[in-house]
Amino acid sequence: MWIYEKKLQYPVRVSTCNPKLAKYLIEQYGGADGELAAALRYLNQRYTIPDKVVGLLTDIGTEEFAHLEMIATMVYKLTKDATPDQLKEAGLDTHYVNHDNALFYHNAGGVPFTAAYIQAKGDPIADLYEDIAAEEKARATYQWIINMSDDPDLNDGLRFLREREIIHAQRFREAVELLKEERDRKKVF
Amino acid sequence: MKQLPKEYYELLEQLQMVDFALVDLTLYLDTHPNDYQAIQQFNQLAQQRKQLKKQYETTYGPLQQYGNSYSNYPWNWDDTPWPWQV
Repeated sequence: MWIYEKKLQYPVRVSTCNPKLAKYLIEQYGGADGELAAALRYLNQRYTIPDKVVGLLTDIGTEEFAHLEMIATMVYKLTKDATPDQLKEAGLDTHYVNHDNALFYHNAGGVPFTAAYIQAKGDPIADLYEDIAAEEKARATYQWIINMSDDPDLNDGLRFLREREIIHAQRFREAVELLKEERDRKKVF
Repeated sequence: MKQLPKEYYELLEQLQMVDFALVDLTLYLDTHPNDYQAIQQFNQLAQQRKQLKKQYETTYGPLQQYGNSYSNYPWNWDDTPWPWQV
């Protein structure tokens, strides 16, 4: 089971109401390489992966939900005081007419989240390589968003998330090596 | 929503710092299960975390529910602020 903790993993601050930045950030909420996709991808792989890496998938998958909440908090804080006119100016008019200020699982282009973003091959190496690629893509996306952002408070939180992608990718690389070692050990009698 | 004192943010940040180390060590130990020093550090931080949780919850209410935290009267789990309101 999962137990919710009533705090963010890392403080989220924003300098000003800025719906344009919120529009970019939604990519990491409901986009292909976003936090929701990451959490669902890793937790789903656990059932068919060797026991040795189940803990890692559980723990990274769980941390992704903490990141999803941080992204949601950023979007919420960037848009909570925005007028319909400001949302329109930021290109969020099409979002507003459907959702008002509610968050929705779609990407920066407004395409709804789909399970097709996630692969499940059942082959441990294939699955872990997908995970490494997903982390690297998410890291790159954070960098592109930071490049577009002029909000120093927001960027502090985004840099934290970017660094976590690096750590996760590193751990998944180590998991691949652990499985290879295990495989090679089994062959030697 | 009630105004939060400066001390709230300080204590929250202390908890976030210790918890971050624990998250990071957890992932590290998932792939380095034989690092004795890291496990010692992990257990030390886990103990420190317990103290901080107690300190935080005494003043600012439960961090978790389903019985992982005690409740005041009346039920204070759903008191604001929620994390995105902080």
